[in-house]
Amino acid sequence: MVTIGAMVGTAVRPLRASRHGDRSPASIAFLVLLWITLLFAIVSLAALLITSFIDGIDRVDGNLFTQYASQLFPDRGGARAAILGSFWVVGTTALLAIPLGVAAAVYLEEFADPRRWYNRLIEVNLQNLAAVPAIIYGMLTAGFALAIGLRRGVVLAGGVALALLILPVVIISGREALRAVPAEIRHGSLALGASPLRTVWHQTLPAAIPGVATGTILALSRALGEAAPLLLLGAMVFITFDPDGLMSGFTTMPIQIFNWAGQPQAAFRTLASAAIIVLLGMLLVMNALAIVIRNRYQKRW
Amino acid sequence: MTNPDTEPAPLHLSAAGRRRSGDLPPLSPVIELSDVSLFYGSFRAVDGVTLPIGRNEITALIGPSGCGKSTVLRSINRMNDLIPGTRVEGTISYHGQDIYAADVDPIEVRRRIGMVFQKPNPFPKSIYDNVAYGPKVTGMKVDSLDDLVEQSLRDAALWDEVKDKLKQSAYSLSGGQQQRLCIARTIAVSPDVILMDEPASSLDPIATARIEDLMVELSEDYTIVVVTHNMQQAARVADRTAFFTAQASEQTGDRTGHLVEVDLTSKIFSDPADKRTEDYISGRFG
Repeated sequence: MVTIGAMVGTAVRPLRASRHGDRSPASIAFLVLLWITLLFAIVSLAALLITSFIDGIDRVDGNLFTQYASQLFPDRGGARAAILGSFWVVGTTALLAIPLGVAAAVYLEEFADPRRWYNRLIEVNLQNLAAVPAIIYGMLTAGFALAIGLRRGVVLAGGVALALLILPVVIISGREALRAVPAEIRHGSLALGASPLRTVWHQTLPAAIPGVATGTILALSRALGEAAPLLLLGAMVFITFDPDGLMSGFTTMPIQIFNWAGQPQAAFRTLASAAIIVLLGMLLVMNALAIVIRNRYQKRW
Repeated sequence: MTNPDTEPAPLHLSAAGRRRSGDLPPLSPVIELSDVSLFYGSFRAVDGVTLPIGRNEITALIGPSGCGKSTVLRSINRMNDLIPGTRVEGTISYHGQDIYAADVDPIEVRRRIGMVFQKPNPFPKSIYDNVAYGPKVTGMKVDSLDDLVEQSLRDAALWDEVKDKLKQSAYSLSGGQQQRLCIARTIAVSPDVILMDEPASSLDPIATARIEDLMVELSEDYTIVVVTHNMQQAARVADRTAFFTAQASEQTGDRTGHLVEVDLTSKIFSDPADKRTEDYISGRFG
């Protein structure tokens, strides 16, 4: 009997790499190109980090954390007000953005009827809002504060601006986390006679918390690094007191760094590098926390 | 759950025994579907089903894939409401009340008519909390939650296997144990009717046999409706069997489910009235 393989001659074709395989010159060239682009990104990032580190590491000392900024003595000045200001503003942002964002995500994912035009409108605009430049949120908040006659350069206004900025990201990541909870869990709860609200509260939301927390922390770390909307709001660039409430004036780390980096004296630029190291440290801690939460509590269904 | 004063009959024989001797008490319906059609949007998934569900009986819904038997099952406790665009025509009554009446709360319907799903779906909580969840969220007045959890697990034939690890995650259990946990969870809210959607289809033969024994045992206290792909399972456990099939519409080509016939299981499997039933149970199609 003649096999089809023998008829078409495939049986005798050698297994050596052909011109179209993984090791063809074109494939290798493409791979090398990918490596170069990756290398470019990593090298420029590393250069930035290393220069900041070399410039600033000597100034990461006690004074940096305990002293206020000084116009006259950069050697002794610190970022105390900026560090505390960042905590105040990001804390306010978290208090505003987390409940609002999670509630919006729960509504959109668990209750909204996707066939209604207004829900679809919200859906589309959420994606758009996530791409709006940060400074626009600063302008919006400034305009709003002006309209209702409130001061602009205060912790509350900064918190509102940053909360608006990260809200779309919190909502979108919250929805992803809720969507990852299998429908069987909801159905199991509903079939026992639990109301939809209780089902969300006792089953869906707790199961989604690791994902919600991860997304929220990453969004907050973005808020921590923002300067533009706060500058537009009129956050101070030079203060020598601790913020003590929502209506207190403030500055934050990125603003302080921006200010120092623009000073002519070399000592201020060293101080800016030191503050960058501290800010990077804070961001690293937050991102590490997000990763830990994700790895530790993430459920495999 | 059997009365300790009476001699417990060998459980796996009781349903079969009742069927064989033909001494099934006359049908006293808990649920009656009359001329029920179910729609997904404009698609007619099931057409004109009239089906009484007898008290303390096991009713099996069998038929080939896509015949609408699961859709019918889910309409009985309004789980279909969760899929946007579903619609019901005809009436489904529970103790004479139309469960789709405007003033009926689907949550109340689901409290009385519980459901066990195809794939075991325990909550990501401890074994204890899985069983205690229903009584807690439905606001049941319970003297001792511990006793209720124990009784529910005993009734679901799971107590002896889990009594020493009630605080462990439900996910540590095997598939068959998880499914019995889901049954325990369902009976903890003391429903009247239990719907089971292919409860053993993801289980091995031994776990399947245990679920079947359990169903027969539970039918002493509950009314059970079970959808199954497995005809032997229907023959082993069900008092009555309803055979569904799907027919393609001549205009649209959509396949719509119909109830072909419903009768005592012994009758369906020995002397069905309809040729299609005979073809299906003898393995000629489906």
